[in-house]
Amino acid sequence: MEENVVLTARGISMTFPGVKALDNVDLTLRKGEIHALMGENGAGKSTLIKCLTGINDFEAGEIRIDGIEGPVKNHSTRDAQNVGISTVYQEVNLCPNLSVAENLFIGREPLTKLRTIDRKSYNKRSQKIMDELGIAVDVTQNLENYSLAIQQMVAIARAVDMDCKVLILDEPTSSLDDEEVEKLFVLMRDLREKGVSILFVTHFLEQVYAVCDRITVLRNGTFVGEYPIADLPRVKLVAAMMGKDLDDLAEIKKEQKDFSKEPMEISAKGLSHAGTVKPFDLDIHKGEVVGIGGLLGSGRSELARCIYGADKAQTGTLSVNGEQVKINQPIDAMNKGMGMLPDDRKAEGIIADLSVRENIILALQAKRGMFKQLSRAQQEEIADRYIELVQIKTASKETLIKQLSGGNQQKVILARWLATDPDFLILDEPTRGIDIGTKSEIQKLIVKLAGEGKSVLFISSEIEEMLRTCNRMVIMRDGQKVGELDHELSQESVMKAIAGGES
Amino acid sequence: MKTWNKIKSWPLFLPVVALILVMAVNIIYDAATGSNPFSFFMISLRNTTTSGTILYGRIIDIINRGSEVAILAIGMTLVVSASAGTDISVGSVMSLCASFMCMMLAGYGVSSTTTLAVPLIIGLLCAVVMGLVCGAFNGTLVAHLSIQPMVATLILYSAARAIGLLLCNDLIVYVRNPSFAFIGAFAGPIPTPIIITAICIIVVSLVLKKTALGMYIQSVGINAKASRIAGLNSKLLIFLAYMLCGLFAAIAGIVASSRITSADSNNIGLYLEMDAILSVALGGNSLGGGKFNLAGSIIGAYTIQAITTTLYALGVSSIQAPVFKAVIVILIVVIEAPPFKAFLRRQSAARAAAKGVRA
Repeated sequence: MEENVVLTARGISMTFPGVKALDNVDLTLRKGEIHALMGENGAGKSTLIKCLTGINDFEAGEIRIDGIEGPVKNHSTRDAQNVGISTVYQEVNLCPNLSVAENLFIGREPLTKLRTIDRKSYNKRSQKIMDELGIAVDVTQNLENYSLAIQQMVAIARAVDMDCKVLILDEPTSSLDDEEVEKLFVLMRDLREKGVSILFVTHFLEQVYAVCDRITVLRNGTFVGEYPIADLPRVKLVAAMMGKDLDDLAEIKKEQKDFSKEPMEISAKGLSHAGTVKPFDLDIHKGEVVGIGGLLGSGRSELARCIYGADKAQTGTLSVNGEQVKINQPIDAMNKGMGMLPDDRKAEGIIADLSVRENIILALQAKRGMFKQLSRAQQEEIADRYIELVQIKTASKETLIKQLSGGNQQKVILARWLATDPDFLILDEPTRGIDIGTKSEIQKLIVKLAGEGKSVLFISSEIEEMLRTCNRMVIMRDGQKVGELDHELSQESVMKAIAGGES
Repeated sequence: MKTWNKIKSWPLFLPVVALILVMAVNIIYDAATGSNPFSFFMISLRNTTTSGTILYGRIIDIINRGSEVAILAIGMTLVVSASAGTDISVGSVMSLCASFMCMMLAGYGVSSTTTLAVPLIIGLLCAVVMGLVCGAFNGTLVAHLSIQPMVATLILYSAARAIGLLLCNDLIVYVRNPSFAFIGAFAGPIPTPIIITAICIIVVSLVLKKTALGMYIQSVGINAKASRIAGLNSKLLIFLAYMLCGLFAAIAGIVASSRITSADSNNIGLYLEMDAILSVALGGNSLGGGKFNLAGSIIGAYTIQAITTTLYALGVSSIQAPVFKAVIVILIVVIEAPPFKAFLRRQSAARAAAKGVRA
C-alpha cells in the first residue's frame, strides 16, 4: 500500500433494482486529510459510503485498509467500526428516546466491576466529551428534547469518541447554523492534526474550500476524478459535478414591485403556539415571496407550522383571502389553498414504503376526500406530468420513494404540493441537502410560482438563497418575530437584523 | 426464467405456496393410504335429515370452518396496517357480542328458548353495535390516547368474556330457533357462513378498490406524522380501523354463536385472535404496519384451517394437533422471512456466477 494511505477502494460497483448506483468507482484516503466527496443528488455518494460502512453489499471491487491484510468487506456498521470507520449520516440515526449519554455509549457502555452499566462514570464522561466540543447539553436528558442540530452534534461526538481512523461525515452541516458549522470545522481540523482521515460529504461549496484538502468527484455513479483542492477552483468543480457549465444563478430574477396594493392572501393576527412561537402578526400578499430569517431554533419553522395548523395556533386569528378561518389541523389549511413542505423530510415528508406515484398524489387525494378516489389512469397521468415537470430521477413511477436519493425525494414532496395547485405554499428548507443544480431549479420554481400569482413563505438557512428569491423578509429571534425587511435586502442588513440590530 | 421471476415477485406467491403445500400433504397421504389421491378436493351432494341436500367434502369443510378466522383477518389486517399493532381482543369481543345477542334474543335470565323474545334483526343489530362499541373503545385508547395497541386491547381481551357472562346471568344461553340457527347452518346446499364471509370479503374489497381508504390506511401506518401534514386525519383513520375490526369481530361472533345455537361465553372465539394475527402474518403482511395485502390474509386464514382439518384427517388427536400446527407454522414463517429470502437470493446469485465462469 502507498505511503500514508489509510483506505483505498478500487472499482466498486453496485446495482439497485433498475439503477446502476455505482460503476467502477475509486476512492483513496490519506492519513490526516479532509477529503471531500462531491456529486449531485443520485451521483452515488451515499451509496459509496454505505459500501464502506457495510450497509450496502457491493458487487464488485475491493476495499483495503492500512494495517489489515487483504481486502476488507464489512457486513455491518459494527464491522466497519472494528476496522476504524465511523460514520455520521445526513439524517440523525440515534435513539431519540434515550438520553444523550446513552446515545454516546450505546453498544459500548462502560462497565462496573460487577459487569453492570456504570451510569455515573458514563454520564460524567459524556458531559466531559460534550463540554470539550463546546456543545451545551445536559447529557442525562433525552435526545428528543434537543434540536436536530444538537442531535447531529451528538452523533458526531459519538463517532469522534470511538477512536476511528476514518471518519465519514455525510452532510453533517445541512442542519447546522453558521456558528455551529464553524465549531464543527474547528473540531475537524483538530482531528486532522491527530491523524484522522475525514471523508466529508456536503453540498455547500464554500465549506469544501474552507476545510478540505482533496476532492473526489462522482457523477451518475461513475468516478470523475480526484483533485487536490488548489487544482480545482469552484467553477471547475461545479462543471465536473454536473458534466456541464454552471447554470447561471444570476438569471433568477424576482419581480420588483410594490406588493402592498395587491390583495391579501394570508393575514395572521396574534397567532401563537405555547413554547415555540410568541404571538405574531404577518400579512402576505398575492404573488409575494416572503422569507423567514433567523438562527436555527429561532422559531422560523414553528411560525410556519402555526399558520398551517401543523401545530395548532392557540391564540389569535388567521384570515385567508380576507375571510377569517379556523384551522385545527393541516387538512383545514389545505382546503383553504395552503400547502407545506416540512423541513424534516424523513419524519414528516416521505411515506417511505409507498411508490413515487402514490407519494405525489397523496395530498391531492386527501383534499378530494376518501370517497372521490382518483382513477389509476388519472394518478398515472399526474405522476408522469410532475416527474417531468420537476425532473425527478426515478427508475419508474412505481419505484418506492425510499429508493430515491434525498434530493429526488424532496422533488417528489414538492410535486405532491404542486399537484394540489395551492395558492399559498410554505417551503421549509426545501433545498437542504440538495445539489446546486437542483437548488437553482427550486429557486426558479419559486419565482415562477410567484409570477403566477401564488404566494410563497420560504424558509432557508442560506441567506443568499432567500435574498435571490424573496420580496420581503421576516426576522425571528428566540421564538419572536422581531422585524421585517422589505427594501435594501442584503446579506449585511439581514445578518444585522438576525443578530439583534445596531445595539 | 423470466415468467418464473415474475411469478416469484407476485405478492401472494408465498401464501399460495403455503396453501398448496398443505394440500399436497393431503394428496400424498390419501395416495399412500390407498384411497383416491384427490379425495381432498372431492365435492359431492349428500342428503341429510336435518338440512336437506348439502355440499359435502373436505374443501367445503375447510372453507366453512375457516369463516370466523377469515372474517376476523379482514379487520385485523386493517388494524395491523394502520397502527403497527394487533387487536388481541377480537376473540373475547366475538364472545361478548354473541352473549349480548343471545341474551336479547332469549330475554334476560332465560337459559334456553325456542321462541325469540325480540325480532332476530334486533338481536343481530345488538351484536353489531356491541362490536362497534368495543372497536371504538380500543380505537380511542390507541388513536387518541396513544396507548400501545397490545396494552389497550388487553383490557377487553380479559374483560369482554366476563361482561358477556354478566349479561347472560352466568348461564350458557341456548337459542334453539331455526331462523337463528340458519346463520350457522345451510342456505340451500351451501353453508351460510361461507356466504357471509364471501359478502364481507367482497364488500371490503370493493370499498378498498373504489375509495382511497386503502391508501390512507397504509400511508398512516407507514408514517402517521407525514400523513397528517399531507392532509390525512391520522387519528381518525386509526380509530376507524379499530371500529371496523370490532364490526368484523361481531359478525364472526354471530356466526360462531349460531353454529352452536348458544352463547357459550367461555368458549366462543377462544384463541381466535391468535389465528387472526397469524393469518395476517402468513399472508405476507408485515406486523410492523404499513403496506397490506388483504387477499394474502384471507388465504392465510384458510391455510390455518386447512392445516387443522388436515391434521384431524391424518388422525392426529385434537390435543396433539397444536404441536404439529406449530411446526408447520414455523416452516411457513421461516420461508417468508426476509433473511431467508436474502439467503436464497445469494445462493441463486452464486449459482449464476458459477455458471458464468464455466461459460
